[in-house]
Amino acid sequence: MSLDDIKETFFAECADQMSELETGLHEIQSDGPDIDTVNAVFRAVHSIKGGAGAFGYNALVSFAHVFENALDVIRNDLSQVNEDRMDLLLRSVDVLSDVIEAERTSTEPADTSALAKELETVFDLSAHAEEEDDEALADFAPVTIDLEAFDLSDSEDAADIPSGRTFRISFAPHASLYLKGHDPLRFFRELAEMGTLSVTCELDNLPKLNDLTPDESYMKWQVDMETDNDSDDIAAVFDWVDGECDLTIEELGGDSPDGGGVDLDDFLANLGEDPELADIGSEDGGSGEAASAAAPAPAAAAAPDDDGSGSDDGDAGQGASAAKEKKEVKKPSQTIRVESEKVDRLINLMGELVINQAMLAERIGQAGFGNASPAALALVELQNLTREIQSGVMAIRAQPVKPVFMRMSRIIREVCNATGKKAMLELEGEHTEVDTTVIEGLIDPLTHMIRNAVDHGIEDPEARQAKGKPPQGTVKLSAYHSSGRIVIEIKDDGAGINRERVLEKAIEKGIVARDAKLSDDEIDNLIFAPGFSTAETITDVSGRGVGMDVVRQSIQSLGGRVNISSDPGNGSLFSMSLPLTLAVLDGMIVKEAGQTLVLPVSAVLETATLKPGDVYTIGNNNRVVKMRNALIPIIDVGRQLGFAEQRTDFANGTIMVVEGGKNGMGAFIVDSIEGQQQVVIKSLESNYQRVPSIAAATILGNGQIALILDCDHIVSHNSGDPEAEFIQSMAG
Amino acid sequence: MLKKILTVDDSRTMREMLRHTLASAGFEVVTAEDGADGIQKLRESQPDVVITDINMPVMDGFEFIENVRKHEEYNRVPILVLTTESAPEKKQRAQSAGATGWIVKPFDPEKLTRAVNRVMP
Repeated sequence: MSLDDIKETFFAECADQMSELETGLHEIQSDGPDIDTVNAVFRAVHSIKGGAGAFGYNALVSFAHVFENALDVIRNDLSQVNEDRMDLLLRSVDVLSDVIEAERTSTEPADTSALAKELETVFDLSAHAEEEDDEALADFAPVTIDLEAFDLSDSEDAADIPSGRTFRISFAPHASLYLKGHDPLRFFRELAEMGTLSVTCELDNLPKLNDLTPDESYMKWQVDMETDNDSDDIAAVFDWVDGECDLTIEELGGDSPDGGGVDLDDFLANLGEDPELADIGSEDGGSGEAASAAAPAPAAAAAPDDDGSGSDDGDAGQGASAAKEKKEVKKPSQTIRVESEKVDRLINLMGELVINQAMLAERIGQAGFGNASPAALALVELQNLTREIQSGVMAIRAQPVKPVFMRMSRIIREVCNATGKKAMLELEGEHTEVDTTVIEGLIDPLTHMIRNAVDHGIEDPEARQAKGKPPQGTVKLSAYHSSGRIVIEIKDDGAGINRERVLEKAIEKGIVARDAKLSDDEIDNLIFAPGFSTAETITDVSGRGVGMDVVRQSIQSLGGRVNISSDPGNGSLFSMSLPLTLAVLDGMIVKEAGQTLVLPVSAVLETATLKPGDVYTIGNNNRVVKMRNALIPIIDVGRQLGFAEQRTDFANGTIMVVEGGKNGMGAFIVDSIEGQQQVVIKSLESNYQRVPSIAAATILGNGQIALILDCDHIVSHNSGDPEAEFIQSMAG
Repeated sequence: MLKKILTVDDSRTMREMLRHTLASAGFEVVTAEDGADGIQKLRESQPDVVITDINMPVMDGFEFIENVRKHEEYNRVPILVLTTESAPEKKQRAQSAGATGWIVKPFDPEKLTRAVNRVMP
């Protein structure tokens, strides 16, 4: 793994932390502060700062640092949360995210000092804290990591010929020192890197073996050391055991000739009488063991352990089994990260498998095996397995829409800042899961629609108050599953659509004829017509050269639809319906005028064969069928798609009652139903071009290509009325 | 045999960074994602030195250290605390929990290796 890879990890992790941060802050805002959430939020910023420091991203470090301090105020006292502070924190999230992006793309990050100042003021990060900040930041001095030039020869030069200063160090560890994983030997080892040492161990306090308490500390050491370093350097060696030992460091010689003499003697004695040191060792040959057992240093502790594994099987075995038991109890939920390409490949292969399976089914049918034949039964089993694999693979890609929804709150804040409006985001069903490809495709259109909802929908605070509404508008974003699709709704409590103006504009732009008679719904949907934009002037916010037609196109390219319904004065509701997956669907295979067509099974409510008395004619040439206690318009699919003549004989057709989303039901009439099977969705857009009323194409078991109908589109565009059709063709 | 180091940190970036740095310095590295995971990995891998973050979900660094020190099997293992927080009371708290030493983030490879070698048995 290279440094670049780790950087990549860092930015991926930043994205996770940012979403955690944003989610957490929203939770705090809506549900009040809760220490776990506050901790999680703090940790997120803390982690970002930590990583940023390691890579020397100074701008990021310094802003994250202030942010962290602000959060620390809340962490220390939850009652410090108030609305203004939360607003500020949320704004800081946006800026933090920008700074991360700037660091990632190596561009100049925006100046964050103003916001940092504001954080400091609002969170009262007062003077004394600032001092600490400085210190902390000093610790954060940009240490750029050069991972290649890794140099371990750190102390070699330090150990060269010492020139002169001699120190006497007495070191008496407390028992607690040993309990923290320290070993006196290591301090000497470290001191030895700074100069030459002679070490004496004082064993005077060591009791007889009988009286020895393993947890006590009995030994003291005296170290005489000749070094170039000063006493601070020596003290630094012991900085981790401050309070865990009695330590004195005094410099010998130099100052007083008197003391110097004595010390020099001592020094010489120590130097010359190295054997004495050895003597201590050998003298204690017997008690030495006791000593090392007494000093509960890791080295000593490790030794009996090693022995124990041989002689003390029982214990060791017990320990192991205990460990094992615990292991089974505690299994943290594990996740793995997989590149989405790998999953895509799996999904493509699964699609091929479905096609292959359909071919196999076809061959088995052609071979004349009966339904109860072993081959047919094995096929059923295969089909079940394929289905299970498919749902498993799909589950890998299913993600909750929450991250995308959370992103929208930022959009709202931005638009509010730019327009001076006030709006808040309300979420519902944000845990609804959908295929990631759908989610990715959703971001842009959703962003645009949210911008629109605030920019064009929500009124100014004054205007709202004048109408008796709360000054802060609400945009509600909700998601739910409905008949095999995911529905996403954007509802605002703004002014709704000004139909007069929309119609005027549409006529002016030549989108509809001057004398066209349109229903309210049709007028509302005109905003999706290409070339339509209601904003008088292109605003900074929503007018970025793309209109709602682009939004609709991108949703349609995902196999979805978008609809608007508006209640003037009270707001608008945009509703998008999207497939849960873009890979496979359960299809109903039908024949009409020699063509094979596929309908999503999820859309089909009921099938029936018509009897002569069932069909009624209404108005010009509109036929309806009475089913399900309702009159449902009959849709002549072949004619509407333009490949068949107008059907005259309605009595012989097969009717399929189809759910058409917001447009109610439609009764599709076709020649016959062939069966039901899983089909792989092959996009028409990417292989050919968009065709209205057709959702996609597929390959059948016999190798033939069939078109998958966009039922909602067909239902909503069914009409015998030529004028309405004209409008629809313009709008769609 | 390579000396083994267990690193406990909830940040993936830090884990990879530590792994990279320590592996380059010739250590074998085992990683854990929080204190609870750390205890588990400690049991399994019997490291020579442990390096832990403080701010972690599930079980934070202080609690982790306290837990390690309670277990006779492995309570002698040196534990270094990685902290961005240089405030003395944090160090104090880490020390009283049973930490052997600390490293202030961001660390450079030399600083880190030196700290590890200081406590390496």
